[in-house]
Amino acid sequence: MNSDSNPLVALAFTFALMSLFAVGGANSAIPEMHRVAVDVRHWLTDKQFADVYAISQLSPGPNVLIVTLIGYSVAGVTGALVATLAMCVPTAVLALFVSRFLARSSHARWPAIVQAALVPLSIGLMAASGLILARTSDRTLAAVLVTVGAAVLASVTRLNPLWMLMAGGCLGFAGLIG
Amino acid sequence: MAFRSSSQEGVAVTGGEIRKAGPGLIALFAAFAKMSLAGFGGVLVWARRGIVDQHRWMTADEFNETFALCHFLPGPNVVNLTFVFGSRFRGLAGAIAAFSGLVGPPVVIVTILAALYQRYGEIEALRRILAGVACAAIGLMLSAVFRMMTPLFKRRDVVGLVVMTAVFVAIGVLRLPLPSVLLVAIPVSIAISFAMQRSAT
Repeated sequence: MNSDSNPLVALAFTFALMSLFAVGGANSAIPEMHRVAVDVRHWLTDKQFADVYAISQLSPGPNVLIVTLIGYSVAGVTGALVATLAMCVPTAVLALFVSRFLARSSHARWPAIVQAALVPLSIGLMAASGLILARTSDRTLAAVLVTVGAAVLASVTRLNPLWMLMAGGCLGFAGLIG
Repeated sequence: MAFRSSSQEGVAVTGGEIRKAGPGLIALFAAFAKMSLAGFGGVLVWARRGIVDQHRWMTADEFNETFALCHFLPGPNVVNLTFVFGSRFRGLAGAIAAFSGLVGPPVVIVTILAALYQRYGEIEALRRILAGVACAAIGLMLSAVFRMMTPLFKRRDVVGLVVMTAVFVAIGVLRLPLPSVLLVAIPVSIAISFAMQRSAT
């Protein structure tokens, strides 16, 4: 693999490959994004990765946009576009072909089995995402309390998540999280 | 599902009931841009609201079926859904129009935020704010994990819980590469589900 010489090639290759393993959506791929971007390629530091995740949650749009931010920090606007398209287009085209195939045939049984088999995998991946992000961000008791508070509020109320993000930002600004 | 591509603009007759013909390219772009910009912390809720309730482009069942497909395929779910949805109405051009609407405007916003972050990210106040937002965002993700886990506990799905825990440890604790973990976990999980379904019938 000679992808180290050109950052755009490295971005395209990394995210196109990663998207094919993103079982259950973009959030399932966060551990792999962290492993590649922080540990293997040193595109971002641990703290920058946590920041980038926070920014992606603050902005509207699909969860996949964390990839746009990683791409930008590697190679500017071009990097942002290359990373986004690499993460989106291969699997979208795959989805298109599979949906056309399924519309014609009626093998309705195996997708249900595959789906049932994949659900526990994607929950495990999302839980791992939470752990990896928490390792960087939840280093003080106050930070842990904010995380737990947001988790409880989001579970028992139907409050718009944006309020909780903003509350977290205000507490951080006030210097309560450290 | 090519029943709409052959119909004229205006009304199309499907299954004896009259409903509006599929949207044009600009309508697709605009509708998905709107859903996407409304969606903080995930677009799916807004996509359902827009496609099923507001525009009535799909019934709730059609939507669930399409989403189930896009959920079991890899990649960002809502992006897959958008692509498949757009193509049903206007072929590849429709897929690209819907996809551009979903991803284009937020990418512009996020790129601006990225530029600001690169320039001002070292400012102490901003660092503190982002640290607070990150803590809350992690809480939101954990709540989503709990919500998805609840049915497994209710069904006492021991196999599912074991698979879930194994993946969590392999990826989150041992930090093994995702492709190698999945190349083992997916076949094993499918084989178990298949065997369980057989023994149940």
